[in-house]
Amino acid sequence: MSALDKDTVKNIAFLSRLEVPEEKLEPIAQDLSKILEWVEQLSEVDTDGVEAMSSVAEMSLHWRKDEVTSGDQPDLVLQNAPDQDDHCYLVPKVVE
Amino acid sequence: MTKLTHLTLAEARDGLKSGDFSAVELTKAHIDAMEANKDLNAFITEMPELALEQAASSDAKIKSGDAGAMEGLPIGMKDLFCTEGVRTTAASKILDNFIPPYESTVSGNLKKAGAVMVGKTNLDEFAMGSANITSAFGNVKNPWSADAGKDLVPGGSSGGSAAAVAGGLCLAATGTDTGGSIRQPASFTGIVGLKPTYGRCSRWGIVAFASSLDQAGPMTKTVRDSAIMLQSMAGYDVHDSTSAPMDLPDFEAALTGDIKGLKIGIPKEYKVDGMPQEIIDLWKKGEDMLKDAGAEIVEVSLPHTKYALATYYIVAPAEASSNLARYDGVRYGHRAEGELESLDDLYCKTRGQGFGDEVQRRIMIGTYVLSAGYYDAYYAKAQKIRTLISQDFKKAYETCDVILTPTCPSAAFGIGENEDDPVKMYLNDVFTVPTSLAGLPGMSVPTGLSEGGLPLGLQLIGRPFDEETLLRTAGVLETAAAFTAKPKMLGA
Amino acid sequence: MAYIIKGETGDWELVIGLEVHCQVISNAKLFSGASTKFGAEPNHNVAFLDAGMPGMLPVINEKCIEQAVRTGLGLKAQINEYSEFSRKNYFYADLPLGYQISQFDKPIVGEGTMVLDLEGGETKEVGIERLHMEIDAGKSQHDQHPSKSYIDLNRAGVCLMEIVSKPDMSSPEEAGAYVRKLRSIVRYLETCDGNMDEGSMRCDVNVSVRKVGETELRTRTETKNVNSVRFVMQAIEAEAARQVEVYEDGGEIVQETRLFDPTKGETRSMRSKEHAHDYRYFPDPDLLPLILPEGFVENIKKTLPELPDEKKDRFINELGLSPYDASVLVAEKDKADFYEEVAKGRDGKLAANWVITNLFGALNKLGKGIDESPVSAENLGKLVELISNDTISGRIAKDVFEIMIETGDDPEKIVEEKGLKQITDTGAIEAAIDEIIAANQDKVEEIRGGKGKMLGWFVGQVMKATQGKANPGMVNKLLRDKIMG
Repeated sequence: MSALDKDTVKNIAFLSRLEVPEEKLEPIAQDLSKILEWVEQLSEVDTDGVEAMSSVAEMSLHWRKDEVTSGDQPDLVLQNAPDQDDHCYLVPKVVE
Repeated sequence: MTKLTHLTLAEARDGLKSGDFSAVELTKAHIDAMEANKDLNAFITEMPELALEQAASSDAKIKSGDAGAMEGLPIGMKDLFCTEGVRTTAASKILDNFIPPYESTVSGNLKKAGAVMVGKTNLDEFAMGSANITSAFGNVKNPWSADAGKDLVPGGSSGGSAAAVAGGLCLAATGTDTGGSIRQPASFTGIVGLKPTYGRCSRWGIVAFASSLDQAGPMTKTVRDSAIMLQSMAGYDVHDSTSAPMDLPDFEAALTGDIKGLKIGIPKEYKVDGMPQEIIDLWKKGEDMLKDAGAEIVEVSLPHTKYALATYYIVAPAEASSNLARYDGVRYGHRAEGELESLDDLYCKTRGQGFGDEVQRRIMIGTYVLSAGYYDAYYAKAQKIRTLISQDFKKAYETCDVILTPTCPSAAFGIGENEDDPVKMYLNDVFTVPTSLAGLPGMSVPTGLSEGGLPLGLQLIGRPFDEETLLRTAGVLETAAAFTAKPKMLGA
Repeated sequence: MAYIIKGETGDWELVIGLEVHCQVISNAKLFSGASTKFGAEPNHNVAFLDAGMPGMLPVINEKCIEQAVRTGLGLKAQINEYSEFSRKNYFYADLPLGYQISQFDKPIVGEGTMVLDLEGGETKEVGIERLHMEIDAGKSQHDQHPSKSYIDLNRAGVCLMEIVSKPDMSSPEEAGAYVRKLRSIVRYLETCDGNMDEGSMRCDVNVSVRKVGETELRTRTETKNVNSVRFVMQAIEAEAARQVEVYEDGGEIVQETRLFDPTKGETRSMRSKEHAHDYRYFPDPDLLPLILPEGFVENIKKTLPELPDEKKDRFINELGLSPYDASVLVAEKDKADFYEEVAKGRDGKLAANWVITNLFGALNKLGKGIDESPVSAENLGKLVELISNDTISGRIAKDVFEIMIETGDDPEKIVEEKGLKQITDTGAIEAAIDEIIAANQDKVEEIRGGKGKMLGWFVGQVMKATQGKANPGMVNKLLRDKIMG
């Protein structure tokens, strides 16, 4: 289960939206395989009937009031934008 | 008079109060040290002008009696804390031009307490690393390098903060710890590093690595300094749903020096194969020191320890792969140059160029372990083992109050070592990771020197939200160890 | 009636399930303090969290939790006291965090049921699979620039309830009735404004077809973002027809996401979604599990209004309405409220007739909503009363109503001013009758000779002579007495 081939790495890279040059696919496949092989040891732990940890701290979720406390700050929201116009972020045209 | 940069935070605080020197003088001394030691590469962004302005205003406040708890004390801020109007990079190219329009809760708390920020400290890119070699802004050099005769890593990911404090460039610094990123560099540089209980410090405004693990904490020269700084950093924050709605105790007051009758747990599973003799010896020494101070030593068992590291290297990358999805070149940060054919092209190029190799590796691992067909085998399994690890600690705390372990399996190593194999690098975190997975407070205290003359720390692990007992024990260990060694570069 | 597509190879039936996204009524977004107000300038209703800024964290809005539970109760559904938020990971320009905070395997609301009101007063029960909370995405606009899309995040982070039905529907009409009923329920509950044209309610339609008699489900397609009841029905019709054609041409249906093009009346594959998605759901580590405190659900239950089904039952059982009339009246709460005011203390059935036939008819012609009705409920009630107590006849009432629609006047005043009061004075009616009988002796003979139909002609003449004000019952009786003896 743990040895990854180049194609799998290519898929993971796309799923992660990372452009990986062709020549790096193989070394990455080896690196990732090594890591996955190493974490494989977990399969020997018996976890039947064990709940997955859902939160570290034993606390209850804080609920906030339904009040408008933020907004009307388009200049701050957009101040770091690489490309913007008319208070909108711009991206290459999306075709649907 | 001692050089101002050799003072502890507590000494400087008292000196300011009694008027021995001004905040501007104190800050100036540290800025000079920062200037003189640029080769450490401890800072990504230096802020001398702002710092001096802040110091001047601190002096005014001290004079008028409005001084905060950390008024006028120059500190370093890990460049993972968003600082309003000051570039925040996470040591990544993808954020190399990001100026937050907001201030993180923790840095804001420190500001309110009067602390003077001299600069943003270097780190591993997105806090992913144990040697501070993954920063897009270059390696950080350990101030103890001269002692070893070669360039050493300061540890990571809070390597810049550790080097800045150990090298006297600031009195203290903030760190963040996900799997050991405060404690391990503290051990490598001979300072004190405290990772509080998960939920003690707000995560709001800290660039996230792994949300269920990340926790901010102080990196200081002494245990008392950690208590002082934690007091200002911590506290409930309604903006962080995982922040603990608890009042803060007086941490400094917890340093009574008395641990008589306290039960110190020694987890047998931490005696891992191939542990260097000097680490075993140091650990035993620590045990003896606490025993001599009146504590009782008990053996405890943390049976799932050996699975902690692998668990961590599933959980942390999984969360990171999702947390780092927002860096896409659309709203802020780096965007790939040149012709972009499509949105996906923009994403892939931006992220491919913007993230370094280690970050990309972890994103891909995280993506893989969460993907369809693998979720149960990896992520769900790891979260279950995390429950077991947490239960181990709970059980251990039925028979002890604080647990003592080494912080790291070795002293600082040379830059370029351990880089060939990611798993080998990950092993640095073997003793710090279980604490993180269980959300417990952990602290590294410099306790001795390696055969090569480099600092080594011991780790104390406390019960959830019992930083007081942790600090008290650390104070006793610190006093007993009487660790006074300083790196040669300080000329002491 | 079953909806069947007659194919060359036999009869096909439809299996339809709907996923409806309802925008929750709240002041602020689900996890940020930005406003949810519709129609703001681009990126004005955006908190730093909504823009996916580093280090920003979600904190849940209690109102949204209440609204989800309220809706769940309205759907007679299981409320889960423990639920979790998960991250649904994918990249898109209008998804600033790189993931949608949603609920995956532990939603806040589980199984429930909804009753559809079909034509002719028929009903059908449809299962609800679940309701979960999630955040909305932003909006991309593609027509402002030749090579760039514009991203506005005002909507990003607004709380949505995704309500998933079981695949229990088998015709476009049922799907339409489902959407209308759901809209009616959320409007009654005031948890969603149901305005489909503003995107407050958006439907994803899952359709598959199978040969009549088959028990297995075939592959379904999902047609996204269909934004009116009519389009939902058209999209299903078009998509089902397409699927049948594909099968009959020997092809296979692939599980895919499609878009409905209302101008062409057809669905088409969404190429941009062709990449197999792998959403990598996992519990959001920024949020703890959502646990409803004791009494929370009970307290909301206490504040639930009477819902359309209950109201309908009451209208049928207490006011004597037909199931059809009742369902028409309860479909929209303001219409039902209007009707109740008209009917209060009066003849419910008569009131229903006047509201449905006359008022709704007139409003329809005027293109006005019930809230803009020139006739107030009070005045229409008075009109009904004038009929019931024989002050005016039904025919005169129609004239009075015409005037009311134009002027909005009180019917009592109209009747008074125009002297439209029904003549119930026997003497006056007798006088008119006598006059007409005298002038038409030949016709009287015809009736006596067995041509009973002729009596109607006399009634008409008398009504004419009294300008329609004579009480028709009395006219009939007196005529009969006088002619037939």
